[in-house]
Amino acid sequence: MPITTPRIHNSASPAIEVEGLECGYDGEVVLSEVSFSVKRGEIFFVIGGSGCGKSTLLRHMIGLRRPTAGSVRFFGEDFGAAHPARRREILKTFGVLYQSGALWSSLTVRENVLLPLQEHTDLRRGEREEIVALKLAQVGLTGYENHFPSEISGGMKKRAGLARALALDPAIVFFDEPSAGLDPVTSRKLDELILQIRDMLGTTLVIVSHELDSIYRTADRVIMLEREAKGIIAEGAPKELALASDDPRVREFLHRAALDEARP
Amino acid sequence: MENLVVLLSVTATTTKPMPTLPDVIPAHAQARDHGDTLVVELGGRWRITEPRPEWRSIVGKRTPQKVRLEVRDLVSWDSSLLLLWENARRWCAEKKVTLEDDTLPAQARLLQTQLESTRVCVPAGDCAPGLFTAVGLVTGELKQKTKDIAYFVGECTLSAVSVSKRPHKFRWADCLAEMQQCGALALPIVGLINFLVGVTLAYTGAIVLRQYGGDIYVADLVGLSMVREMGAMMTGIVVAGRTGAAFAAQLGNMKANEEIDAIETLGLRPVEFLVLPRIVALAVMMPLLALYANALGILGGMAIARTVLSISPVAYWVEMLTIVDMSDVVTGVIKATTFGLIVGLAGCLRGLQADRNASGVGRAATSAVVTSILLIIVADTLYAAVFNILGW
Repeated sequence: MPITTPRIHNSASPAIEVEGLECGYDGEVVLSEVSFSVKRGEIFFVIGGSGCGKSTLLRHMIGLRRPTAGSVRFFGEDFGAAHPARRREILKTFGVLYQSGALWSSLTVRENVLLPLQEHTDLRRGEREEIVALKLAQVGLTGYENHFPSEISGGMKKRAGLARALALDPAIVFFDEPSAGLDPVTSRKLDELILQIRDMLGTTLVIVSHELDSIYRTADRVIMLEREAKGIIAEGAPKELALASDDPRVREFLHRAALDEARP
Repeated sequence: MENLVVLLSVTATTTKPMPTLPDVIPAHAQARDHGDTLVVELGGRWRITEPRPEWRSIVGKRTPQKVRLEVRDLVSWDSSLLLLWENARRWCAEKKVTLEDDTLPAQARLLQTQLESTRVCVPAGDCAPGLFTAVGLVTGELKQKTKDIAYFVGECTLSAVSVSKRPHKFRWADCLAEMQQCGALALPIVGLINFLVGVTLAYTGAIVLRQYGGDIYVADLVGLSMVREMGAMMTGIVVAGRTGAAFAAQLGNMKANEEIDAIETLGLRPVEFLVLPRIVALAVMMPLLALYANALGILGGMAIARTVLSISPVAYWVEMLTIVDMSDVVTGVIKATTFGLIVGLAGCLRGLQADRNASGVGRAATSAVVTSILLIIVADTLYAAVFNILGW
């Protein structure tokens, strides 16, 4: 039997359910009572100003840090309560794109994407290489296979990181600031790629960002975090929030781009 | 033929890609001959991380005229299905068999076309250079390395001169912090190692000296070797491993982080700012550490003399003073200072030369330790020869 066979879940359960999550560092609470859920195949944004705990929330969701309270469930299965071995199995169904790509600096771009395939699949060599070539072509890095991360630009690193995150066709992909530091054209291409991934494979995407353009282009739903409130202050479709939110902080955050959109 | 119609109606409804619909039906493929057509039904959940059928085992030894791929109860799919599809396509092309695959999911078809058009790029294995090429490369590298070292030592000297003109600009706080780090905090390990060296020397000396009834001369042997040689050298080696590696790693990491570039673009000299405080700290602390090491080494010898050879500490001390004098201590201190400079220079140089990545930093630290230890031993030998000529 395959080792990764998941237990039978309620197939109606959402991709991610976060309930009463409290996270913080060294006794200092950054977020508390955070609850939300992400549907399958949804492009879900976590937005908010700098220092509001967006990345912290992400790190707690993917298990890099243990939340001090609350639970995170993926496809109905409690991640925090799972046995460590089971947790590793669940982790195989995630892809994570870190802020600066987090490529392994001693491996080439090709080897970076290859590594998850080598470790977690029983594909033959040629098949692995085909997948690597496909993933790199999808992010537009054909021709850079044998470059080391130090030899390519920041945007390329990010795209290579994305190819690596997608190597195992994950069910959920987490992005930490995918378009930060990218030029508008690359950023737009990345957004298109994000939509394409979702439409083709039905992947669920959780994106931490404060790039308004990307939010309006791709987001199905957003939650907005706020530093003072230590939690969610708004939840919904970005355009609706921009126009109809009662909270001035939310309108202010989302407004500039909303105005741009309204302009003829 | 009826079968086929039924199949088609099923496939039309089961093409929604959902890679993780948690279902327990694993990926499966069923081959069935339909006249001279081989019909392969694909179903279940295709996950790249899970086992799934291979094209060759599906086909077996069959030689159909036509191959038809169908989906039946396909729960979800990902790249693994594309791979099977691609393998099927190649197999058919090779055997000159027509492949009917129009019932597979439309999205998969799109990806399939992408996969088909991508070109696998595997680097050619490293070919070892010929003898002459290798010699040439090494020579070129050696030349470059020598140049780097000369440049670095020159830069350090210039910085030292410029700092000596305006000492208030020297980074005293950094220097003191480094002194604490490489001096005071090294006391336990330097003490322990030199005490044990003293013990070992005493035991080894006793083997020979006992045969002549000259147990007492163990004091001379241990005292002289510690003060002239072992104290400075062992301390140098400990400091090379402890502090030299740390310098290389710190500076290498700073370089990878573009912190050194930031210092440079601020119009400061990285050498003056980062290297000098470290080298000064080591050059000051090393002689002190060496003196402490001498004391601990002598203590180690004394302990063995007392417990194993029954020589009283006073007799040991008096005997030692007949042969060890100030000039021996001074030679040790001179050596220690030199070793400090060597470790500081090698550590900082390797750090500044490091490649801008994690393994570069690792290599820099390794190389700093190796260079330091090598140079320490070479310098020690040179000093031995020079002091011999001078009659110290």
